[in-house]
Amino acid sequence: MYGLKRVANKIGLYLVLSLFLVFLLFPFYWMAVTSLKIDKELYDLSTNPLFIKQGLTLQHYVYLFKKTSFLTWFKNTFIIAFLVTIITLTVSAPAAYSVTRFKFRGRTTFAIAVFISYLIPPTLLFIPLYKVLKLLRLIDTIWSMVVTYPTFTMPFCTWLLMGYFKTIPRELEESALVDGANRLQVLLRIVCPVALPGLTTVTLFSFTLSWMQFLYPVAFISASTQKPLSVGVVSELVRGDVFYWGSLMAGALLASLPVILVYMIFTRYFISGLTAGATKY
Amino acid sequence: MILPSLIILNLLIIYPLIQAFYLSLTNQRIGVPGAFVGFKNYVELLKQDIFLKTLMNSGLYVSVSLALKTIFGLLLALILNSLPRGRALFRAIVLLPWVVPASMSVLVWQWMFDPTFSVLNWILVHVGLNRINWLGNPFWAKVSVITINVWRGIPFFAIALGAGLVAIPKELYESASIDGAGIWVRFSRITLPLLRPVLGIVVLYSLVMTLADFEIVYILTRGGPMQSTHLLGTLSYQIGLAGTKISLGAAISLFLFPILLFSALFALRIILRYEEL
Repeated sequence: MYGLKRVANKIGLYLVLSLFLVFLLFPFYWMAVTSLKIDKELYDLSTNPLFIKQGLTLQHYVYLFKKTSFLTWFKNTFIIAFLVTIITLTVSAPAAYSVTRFKFRGRTTFAIAVFISYLIPPTLLFIPLYKVLKLLRLIDTIWSMVVTYPTFTMPFCTWLLMGYFKTIPRELEESALVDGANRLQVLLRIVCPVALPGLTTVTLFSFTLSWMQFLYPVAFISASTQKPLSVGVVSELVRGDVFYWGSLMAGALLASLPVILVYMIFTRYFISGLTAGATKY
Repeated sequence: MILPSLIILNLLIIYPLIQAFYLSLTNQRIGVPGAFVGFKNYVELLKQDIFLKTLMNSGLYVSVSLALKTIFGLLLALILNSLPRGRALFRAIVLLPWVVPASMSVLVWQWMFDPTFSVLNWILVHVGLNRINWLGNPFWAKVSVITINVWRGIPFFAIALGAGLVAIPKELYESASIDGAGIWVRFSRITLPLLRPVLGIVVLYSLVMTLADFEIVYILTRGGPMQSTHLLGTLSYQIGLAGTKISLGAAISLFLFPILLFSALFALRIILRYEEL
């Protein structure tokens, strides 16, 4: 009897898990299937839409590259994400290190300000930032994004790194200092290697968060050549009122792919970054 | 060493926030200077149907989404934690909706909710149910928008809460089992109380982010049908930038601020209980 109940429990467990998996993953399947179907089959109400029956096609992908500015958006997105990541790292790492190592006036205030800023969503800032950018004449250029994305990457990354630096024992550095190393040497030779997982996590997050950002470019950009992928795919693959779902899905898939690949290679870091934000205290 | 971060903090976050407050007290439009008008924008907003509707939508959206994300996220976390093997793999797979850019996944959902070619309707019809007018009917449009938010949020909740679950000492469960505690008693007396701090932070964080949501509504419904899905962010964009009434737009998004402060302070309280900054 007891064994039977256990088996039943196990079956129930896997059943619920598969329901979750279907719900969470079906949209990705649907994205891929749609992007590979020929138009005639896409808009044929009499066939089973779940499978591809009338042959695979790459026409929607070819269309993206030949007839739209997809490659320009891709390049823009990459440049923005790359620059923002560099800015974020050079700003966040020293700040987080100082806050966890040195005692100075306003230290706690700074830490609290970083935490509150980490919770401030772009929705609250896009209007005043629009005014600032207008003043700086950066509206409608990719620089508007390079300048404003640190508003969400910097607080998040600083907060995350503070958590990482705190776990590095001070004694490690102090003994090196006693042995005659200077601060910079300590930082490069001792702290950085130990903090490498934290720095990797932060790099990945600022890159992917910049890659995904949507509200800021919607608010700041209208020129097609300056758009990032997120906005380009959403706004320029719909012509008139007609949605071209094949190329839309191909675009969505290609725009997501870099993030998915980075995630697959560095899964561990993404999960640790996610949980550090919510569970490290 | 903290100077660069102070510059960003002050110039790009604190100054714009103050600027937003100031803007909301004027009648500026884009390109037109405008004058100080006190709280007129706020008073006006609270008299407008579209704004009151947006506030109610936001309340509904946030409360239903948060409840569903908490329940299903916790359930998924418990399932993942009790898997005998393959835990890491499933965790990685499950997190995908949270990893993919929101704007791109909203597009797929929009296609799945298509009035004519909705694959969901195809499935409904083939199991003998009626088609649903997903985006054309105020009730179902709300359901659609909430579904996408929950879809994106469940993975985040599951992984974050899962990390909290792992931190609960196994001995507690063992000794409770020996004392004859059933699965429900163990859950309500051990799991829930010990998970509370993590749960608190995840919910508070998600409260702010859900209330501030933009992509889903902007791409899927533009606030429609009949303004039944507008959120603060989309209305603020529509009136403040697209409609050039920038001061009114600033006032709308500032309605986020009290909730933001509330969440930040409570989250800080939880954090400070366990560790100094």
